Amino acid sequence: MLEFILHSVGSTVLRLLRYMGQLAFLARETAISIRVAPLRWGLLVRQLAEIGFRSQLVVVVTGAFTGAVFSAQTYFQFHRLGMDSAVGAVVAVSLFRELGPVLTALMLSGRVGASIAAEIGTMKVTEQIEALRALGVHPIDYLIVPRILALVISTPLLVAECIGLGIGAGYLVATQVLGVSKAYYLTNMLSFTTGRDIKMALIKGFAFAGLIGFIACEEGLKTSQGAAGVGRAPTQAVVIASLVILISNFFLSFLLNIFFPAGTY
Amino acid sequence: MIYVTDLHKKLGEQQVLSGITLQITRGQTHVILGRSGCGKSVLLKHLVGLLQPDSGKIVIDGEDIAGLPERQLGRIRKKVGILFQSGALFDSMSAAENIAFPLREAGLKDEEVIRQKVAEALEMVDLGGEQEKMPENLSGGMRKRLGLARTIVSRPACILYDEPTTGLDPIATDSINRLIRRLQKRLSATSVVVTHDMKTAFHTADRIAFLHEGRVYFDGTPKELLAAKDPILVDFIEGRSTESEE
Repeated sequence: MLEFILHSVGSTVLRLLRYMGQLAFLARETAISIRVAPLRWGLLVRQLAEIGFRSQLVVVVTGAFTGAVFSAQTYFQFHRLGMDSAVGAVVAVSLFRELGPVLTALMLSGRVGASIAAEIGTMKVTEQIEALRALGVHPIDYLIVPRILALVISTPLLVAECIGLGIGAGYLVATQVLGVSKAYYLTNMLSFTTGRDIKMALIKGFAFAGLIGFIACEEGLKTSQGAAGVGRAPTQAVVIASLVILISNFFLSFLLNIFFPAGTY
Repeated sequence: MIYVTDLHKKLGEQQVLSGITLQITRGQTHVILGRSGCGKSVLLKHLVGLLQPDSGKIVIDGEDIAGLPERQLGRIRKKVGILFQSGALFDSMSAAENIAFPLREAGLKDEEVIRQKVAEALEMVDLGGEQEKMPENLSGGMRKRLGLARTIVSRPACILYDEPTTGLDPIATDSINRLIRRLQKRLSATSVVVTHDMKTAFHTADRIAFLHEGRVYFDGTPKELLAAKDPILVDFIEGRSTESEE
C-alpha cells in the first residue's frame, strides 16, 4: 500500500517536473525567436484583434458584474458594523490585487487558451506544422511568438479594463442602489488604493498572460491521435491553465506583497 | 546530389531504419518502394530534416544535414521541397494564398510578381483558375496538385513525394503520375517518390529502391526490378501475400 502511494506521488511529481521543463523549453525557444527572427507584424495584429479585441465582451461582463456583486456583498456585511464608507476601498483594493487579474486570466484561459490549443492542435494533426517547417518557416516564429506577444500586450490592458468596470459598477451599486455616500465612497477608495496596487495588478496580468499562452501552445503542439487529440487539447489547456493561475496567484500574492505591500503606509 | 549513409532511426520501441545507404542522382526520379510501415515516409522526412537520425549521414549538395539545428535547416529546405501524403495545405488560406505563402516567406513583396508565379504554378499542375478556392472545397487529387504547386513555386532543386497517389482513383492516379514525369522534365528537378503503388513506380522511376526490414533490399532500374527472381521482390511486384486463406 505504502509502495503504491509512493509510486503514485513520485510519478505525479515527475510528470509535473517534465511538464514544467517542457514549458520552460518552449519559453526559451520563444525568447530566442523574438531575439533572432523578424517579427511578423501582420500576424501579431491579427492575434491582437483575436485575443484583445474579441475578448471585450467576456471581460466587460466579468468585471462589471463581479464589481457590482462584490460591492453589494461588502455593503451587506459592513453595514451591520456601520462601515458603509469602507465599501469603496475594499472593492477597489480587492479588484486591483486579486479579483481583476485572476478573473480576467480565468476568462481568457477559457476563451483564448482553448482556441489557441485547438487551432495549433488541428494544424499539428493535419501536418500543417510539418508543412511550415518543410517550407523553411520555424513554427515558433510563425505560430507561437505572435500569440504570446499578443497575450502579453492584451492581458494587462484587459485586466485594467476589468478592474475599471468593476470599480465603476461597484460604485453605481453602492451609491445609487444601496445609498452609500458618494463622497465617502470615493474618498476612502482613493486614499486606500495606491500605485502599488496598480503595479501588482499589471504584473499579475503579465505573468498570467505568459502562463496561459505557453500552456495553450504546448497543449496544441503536443496534440496527437487525430480528432480525439484535437478534442482533448483545448480541455487540457483550459483545465491546466486555470489551475496554474489559481495556484500561482497564491504564491504571487505573497511574493508581490513583499515588494508592493498593501495599505497606505 | 543526395547521399544517405548507414541511416538508423528508432521511433518509440520500433527500429524503423536499420542502416539505409542510398545515393540519389541529380536530375533523376528515384522511387522508394516497400510495404506499408517499412519506413519509406520516415526516410523521406529525414531527407528534408523533418526527422533527425539516431546515427548515419544525409549529405545534400555536400553538406551533412544530420544533427543540424532547425534554424539552419531553412536553407536546405529551399533546395528540397516535399509533397505530403495529405497535401498538408493551410486550411485557413485559399489556393492562391497557399501557393504564395513560400514566396512571401522568402521575402517577395511585389504582389504582381506573386500573382504571376501563383498562376504559373497552378497552370503547371492543371489547376488554372482555381486561385480563390479553399482547400476544403477541393477533391483529394486536386488537393495533392495544390500541395505540389505550393512545393514547386519556389523551384526547389529536389522534390520529394510522399505517397502521391494514395487514396486516389485510377484516373487521378494516372494524372498525378504524368504530372510527376512532366514536372521532372520541365523543372529538371531531382525527384524522390515514396509509394507502394507499382503503377506509379514504373511510370515515374529512373531508379527504384526497395526497402525491407529497415534496409535497402534492392536498388536498380525498373528493368532490373522486373527481371529480379528474389521471392520477396517478386511477391511485392505481383501483390502476392504469403498468408494462407484458411
